[in-house]
Amino acid sequence: MEVSKLPISATQRGKLISAGYTSLSSICSASSSDISRGTQTAWDMLQEEQESLARITTSCADLDNILGGGIGCREVTEIGGVPGIGKTQLGIQLAVNVQIPVEFGGLGGKAIYIDTEGSFMVERALQIAEACVEDMLEYNRFLRNDCQVKTQPKDILENIFYFRICSYTEQSAVINYLDKFVSEHKDVKVVIIDSIAFHFRHGFVDLALRTRVLSGIALKLMNLAKKFSLAVVLLNQVTTKYTEGSFQLCLALAMNVMHTLTSHLIFDQHQLHIQLLAEGSGIPHQEVKGSK
Amino acid sequence: MANKLISEMRLPKSIANIFAARNITTAKDALSLTELELMKLLDVELSEVRSALALVSEIVCPPFQTALLLMEQRAATEHLGGHLPTRLKGLDAALCGGVPFGVVTELVGPAGTGKTQFCLKLSLLAALPAHYGGLDGGVIYIDVESTFTSRRMIEMGASSFPEIFHSKGMAQEMAGRILVLQPTSLSEFTESLEKIKVSLLQNQVKLLVIDSMEALVPGVHEQRAPGQHPLSWHISLITSLAEFSRIPIVVTNQVRPQSHDESCLYPFQVQKMDRILKDRTRYYSHIVAVLGFHWAHAVTIRLVLEAKSGQRFMNVEKSPTSPPLAFSFTINPSGISLLTDDGTEMVVPETCNLSSR
Repeated sequence: MEVSKLPISATQRGKLISAGYTSLSSICSASSSDISRGTQTAWDMLQEEQESLARITTSCADLDNILGGGIGCREVTEIGGVPGIGKTQLGIQLAVNVQIPVEFGGLGGKAIYIDTEGSFMVERALQIAEACVEDMLEYNRFLRNDCQVKTQPKDILENIFYFRICSYTEQSAVINYLDKFVSEHKDVKVVIIDSIAFHFRHGFVDLALRTRVLSGIALKLMNLAKKFSLAVVLLNQVTTKYTEGSFQLCLALAMNVMHTLTSHLIFDQHQLHIQLLAEGSGIPHQEVKGSK
Repeated sequence: MANKLISEMRLPKSIANIFAARNITTAKDALSLTELELMKLLDVELSEVRSALALVSEIVCPPFQTALLLMEQRAATEHLGGHLPTRLKGLDAALCGGVPFGVVTELVGPAGTGKTQFCLKLSLLAALPAHYGGLDGGVIYIDVESTFTSRRMIEMGASSFPEIFHSKGMAQEMAGRILVLQPTSLSEFTESLEKIKVSLLQNQVKLLVIDSMEALVPGVHEQRAPGQHPLSWHISLITSLAEFSRIPIVVTNQVRPQSHDESCLYPFQVQKMDRILKDRTRYYSHIVAVLGFHWAHAVTIRLVLEAKSGQRFMNVEKSPTSPPLAFSFTINPSGISLLTDDGTEMVVPETCNLSSR
């Protein structure tokens, strides 16, 4: 690899080249190689995954099955669908479900909700929180469990950190800032971005730059998910694309972010159609939309 | 926040100077470039770029609120927790108290199903004094199709609130609060929106009605250039207006029949297409809202008005607080009234028939 392609600033590059280091190998031989630092064997990764195999339930058994138990931590999940299909509903649901205490099989974490469209409804969040507490009470009765349900719907709402974003600049800023925010609030276990593409669909003149900025954002989110072992959920809008003489639905700006995703869900109109790592399976729509 | 000056952010002097020298003056300039591009442009280390961006981001990032705080604030400062009651019991229950503040509510339906009637009634309700359950504020009614009639509105008021409208001078005061704008083109509309923005933000206006968004933008559903949506700037303006002035915005939209060859499917559904095409009768009956997905994503609540076999129905098709419900209603002198307060839940394919190019 040439020195001129390395991600270093121009002055440094100039110094290296003038000192005669033109390729990466020449630098490597000069200094002790630390290329292998930061790698992990596949076995270690498996061990780590098994230890921290935390998943957030979607409150929908079939969807959980397909996802292998829920939305996975350390993963980026994208959820797309036509307007009114229930993307925001699922987002709010996850923000509540992540707070189910450990005794009840949840994560007992907190949620960050980044709202770019203004579609987050507190009333709905309260309804879902109430239903969640009720569910826990019922679970207790069912199992004759001794653990007390201390959580109140209001506590659940208090643990949802809500950011309202009004421009793509703010969106980039909040994603940069998340790193610091999460290290101050260690118990955040899910980051939900309600419509990753909304602001990027207008206001950007240079489309190539838009692609680069978006992939930068996607990478940062990926790192965040790994670093703090939390789940990142991106909700995305659909748009239409004209291919081969017909209009087809596709996710907005899909090409930019798709490569960094771990799983990928698309909600369909007539049934929930889920694409998970290129595997499809259908479950009824009502399951998620139903007011849990 | 996006245009905040970097020179005011107390970055380390050396790096602040470099930013200034490269003509990156606002946070927007800095954050619309990738880290590597910035590094190249500023000619500094990647780690320095990162730390500078982290600082800039922290300052530009809007403060967070907990959902609880948000709810308590709204309950404390806003009328009925931020809702304009429609006085239709079933609908109000489904929408948690009425048309919510701060978001865009859309009415969709063919001509003559009562969209304008509903808008007139809502304007009237917003103009009513607070002790009669109104918002006691001004209304801006953007009437693109020239369907606004003051006579009908006064009639509605007189039959639903006779005690107000029969007292002297009140009808005049109520009607005086409703400001009607009749733009003839999109550019004129944009201009007037810009003008009323100031008064909107000063909290004198409590409701904004745009009667027929579609009439403003004829030809939107024709073949368009890739990349930018022709309406995207307006969509963004309208949603942000709703958000910042915390008022309800009600928009009407027309429908058009869906023809079979432009159906919208995900790529993985294409094989199913043949099956659907055989079922022509059902397929042709679909009516879709104009303006496309981009617009449909931006509205928070979508009510579909339709007439079927002599009965009128109002469907709550998209709402964050309610399952898809259908109410049958009639139009009478006092406006719109529901025949039953309990909506019937709709089956899925019916509720999601909005599709478009």
